[in-house]
Amino acid sequence: MEWARLQALPQPLTPRDRLAIPCQEMPAQESLARAQNMQEVTLGYSDEQARVEAERCLQCRNAPCVQGCPVRIQIPQFIAALAAGNPARAIAIIRETSLLPAVCGRVCPQEMQCQAHCTVGKSLKSVDQAVAIGRLERYAADWERTHGAVSPPVVAPATGKKVAVVGSGPAGITVAADVRRAGHEVVLFEAFHKAGGVLVYGIPEFRLPKTIVQAELDALQQMGVTIRTNFVVGRTRKITDLITKDGFDAVFVGSGAGLPKFMEIEGENLVGVYSANEYLTRSNLMKAYDRERAETPIPSARRVAVLGGGNVAMDAARTALRLGAQEVHLIYRRTEVEMPARAEEVRHAKEEGVRIHVLQNAKRILGANGHVTGIECLRHELGDPDSSGRRRSMVIPDSEFQLPIEAVIVAIGNQSNPLIKQTTEGLDVDQWGRIVTDQQGHTSLPNVFAGGDIVLGTATVILAMGEGRRAAAAINEMLQQENSAGVPARHS
Amino acid sequence: MNQILFKEQLSPDVYRLRVRAPLIAEERQPGQFVILQLDTEYGERIPLTIADADTEEGSITLIVQAVGKSTILLGQMPVGGRIANLVGPLGRPTHIEKVGRVVCVGGGIGVAPLYPIAQGMKKAGNHLTVVIGARTKDLMILEQEMRALADEVLICTDDGTYGHHGLVTAPLKELCAGAPKPDLVVAIGPPLMMKFCAETTKPYGVPTVVSLNSIMIDGTGMCGGCRVTVGGKTKFVCVDGPEFDGHQVDFDQLIQRLGSYRKQETIAADGCHLHTEAKKKGLVE
Ligand SMILES: Cc1cc2nc3c(=O)[nH]c(=O)nc-3n(C[C@H](O)[C@H](O)[C@H](O)COP(=O)(O)OP(=O)(O)OC[C@H]3O[C@@H](n4cnc5c(N)ncnc54)[C@H](O)[C@@H]3O)c2cc1C
Ligand SMILES: Cc1cc2nc3c(=O)[nH]c(=O)nc-3n(C[C@H](O)[C@H](O)[C@H](O)COP(=O)(O)OP(=O)(O)OC[C@H]3O[C@@H](n4cnc5c(N)ncnc54)[C@H](O)[C@@H]3O)c2cc1C
Ligand code: SF4
Ligand code: SF4
Ligand code: FES
Repeated sequence: MEWARLQALPQPLTPRDRLAIPCQEMPAQESLARAQNMQEVTLGYSDEQARVEAERCLQCRNAPCVQGCPVRIQIPQFIAALAAGNPARAIAIIRETSLLPAVCGRVCPQEMQCQAHCTVGKSLKSVDQAVAIGRLERYAADWERTHGAVSPPVVAPATGKKVAVVGSGPAGITVAADVRRAGHEVVLFEAFHKAGGVLVYGIPEFRLPKTIVQAELDALQQMGVTIRTNFVVGRTRKITDLITKDGFDAVFVGSGAGLPKFMEIEGENLVGVYSANEYLTRSNLMKAYDRERAETPIPSARRVAVLGGGNVAMDAARTALRLGAQEVHLIYRRTEVEMPARAEEVRHAKEEGVRIHVLQNAKRILGANGHVTGIECLRHELGDPDSSGRRRSMVIPDSEFQLPIEAVIVAIGNQSNPLIKQTTEGLDVDQWGRIVTDQQGHTSLPNVFAGGDIVLGTATVILAMGEGRRAAAAINEMLQQENSAGVPARHS
Repeated sequence: MNQILFKEQLSPDVYRLRVRAPLIAEERQPGQFVILQLDTEYGERIPLTIADADTEEGSITLIVQAVGKSTILLGQMPVGGRIANLVGPLGRPTHIEKVGRVVCVGGGIGVAPLYPIAQGMKKAGNHLTVVIGARTKDLMILEQEMRALADEVLICTDDGTYGHHGLVTAPLKELCAGAPKPDLVVAIGPPLMMKFCAETTKPYGVPTVVSLNSIMIDGTGMCGGCRVTVGGKTKFVCVDGPEFDGHQVDFDQLIQRLGSYRKQETIAADGCHLHTEAKKKGLVE
């Protein structure tokens, strides 16, 4: 309808016409129905919606949106291709810079990145009115996958060099692809029995279908990347042994930030208290939601409390609903404005029935016979901004109150996993255990690079990917220099 | 990889398996474990101690007690069968050094994880006493292997069918009260047994190491499901352990946490037993 109207207007459309086009809402499963199933919540644009949304873009000459994208996708160009009805061209443009568009189009915090800078959003005085760049990116990537149009990138002739990639999250996937493209042999090592990192064990199916991640991993294998699951680098093999004994010329560490933080409050080790990592891994990776078939159990709790306010907390809360909880209480110590979770996720969570309690925090977890029975919270108020600019959350004395609860999910963030550090002599980390690197991803050890959450702390998929690209470029450059300097390539 | 090369039944519910895993065999040290999974989509990940390894054959030995669905299925796998997923070695290796007199106490299936540690302690030049406890004679495992290794082996059964009639804590107490008293006790077995061993040695001030068997998923420090309180602090068994100072462990909490899924597990195991029974009767494939 809207498309027909637009075509009836005198072409080309004026900026005024474009600003008048309503922002296209992405269809979604109805909120009560979706809270009962694991299928993806949002359904993606139709062909027509995508073209209408693409017409909203003003094709700004200075493209401020591009500055907001950590990997600098050529946004106006790909949107123009979509407006012209050429998704094949759009995805080709996106793929020049991004390796995981179907993933980033879904999970990027777009409203804080590309869309925060969009001229349309600025003109209409709301970031919610910006061109829906992420949704368009998703549309182009889904079009490519569902039309069988994915063609694996061309791989350069073999160089005889061999690179080990540790961890198969977004950082590792990116490095594997970029290094393999340059003709080097690549082995991707993953500790779990399935590759994909947080994309597979953390972010739930209803937000990121696992078939999408699998398609990316299939593409890697088609390029000739070897994926070795069930391999804990540091334990199954040390990094230094990969280089000295197994003949790898370079190692990239993208092992993520998987060490759950706890609140360190009374009652935290009671039965029924989970880290979000455990809860989500049980549900996503071990498929505990499929109670008929999965062997890994997950508690069936009627009243669940989730502590935290980030994406992880939202994912845990929404998962708890889908696992049959009747009440899910999300407890956060600041207000919704300060919540680190994406606005869309907060909105979806509320629509599905998650009860969000702000300006409260858990003081202790109550139990009987070793099992959780409730939670005692304190009320908070906001004080002056702290060094990060966020307003400090301050306890209101004597404001305790209790909630009856059967399970508590702690989602207050992750620290760096110390396993690699503990088993790799000479690898420098900072006071938080993050591996120290320079701009190109070099660590303190020769031929060892790192990137993603293990370097940044907890970050985002797109940042992990951006780091991976830089590190891959540095690895490729190093290996090329070695080759052209006549250093004989090692053979395995 | 991961083929079962050899299988032997040690007691009604206990199996010894040799599994092809050359890399793990090469790297493993006493005290470490593997995690395995029998079905990549729906299987559960279960931790098992590496009881022995053969680098020439490229194999590791696992000794498993069939207590629930996954361990029952593992016990039923044929020689030549492949374990879908096997990862390791995990956990910190046992700290092995020459301390003098070492007493290794094993209860039930705990004798299996104890074996490589006893081996290591002996090799380091310690005087080694091994105390083995079982509910009844038929459930006793690795007796001959331990006898071949130790300077002294003491046997206890709960029902008196073999060796001393009673619990392992009785000979342990005697050893601690005697002279020279042990310089180190390593106790591995059911949590309750480890708790009482630690309580026995405490008054004598004998350092006591226990190996905890909490519920695990990843085994790399990512989920926190394996956590226990040790010395008032939360520790992750898979990366900080599995061995801890027995005098510091909150065993009651460990026992509670091990029971987290008792209801679901019983249902799964029942289904599994039913299946086995049905199979015996030729009712199903
Ligand atoms: C629940 C949840 C929701 C999130 N939601 C969003 C979102 O909406 N948008 C967004 O942009 N970001 C989100 N994030 C953050 C994002 O997923 C991470 O920033 C990103 O995945 C980091 O990528 P990575 O490659 O560094 O590490 P990871 O994705 O963590 O992958 C690391 C991999 O390395 C493996 N590994 C670790 N140690 C070893 C070892 N020693 N040997 C072999 N393998 C090893 C791990 O098993 C893992 O598979 C979310 C995170 C979580 C947990
Ligand atoms: C580091 C470590 C090393 C281990 N080494 C061995 C070993 O060498 N040989 C061996 O037979 N077992 C060992 N275990 C225990 C073994 O992992 C469990 O018996 C197994 O996971 C049970 O799985 P299941 O599906 O068969 O039974 P489930 O159905 O999961 O459980 C059946 C019964 O066993 C109890 N249980 C569940 N998990 C554990 C556990 N981790 N420890 C003790 N009881 C449990 C349950 O409460 C239930 O009563 C070890 C555990 C750890 C953590
Ligand atoms: S990758 Fe993320 S930030 Fe970049 S254009 Fe896509 S949605 Fe925006
Ligand atoms: S800022 Fe907005 S309107 Fe301008 S080019 Fe980028 S997406 Fe289009
Ligand atoms: S098993 Fe997950 S942290 Fe130990």
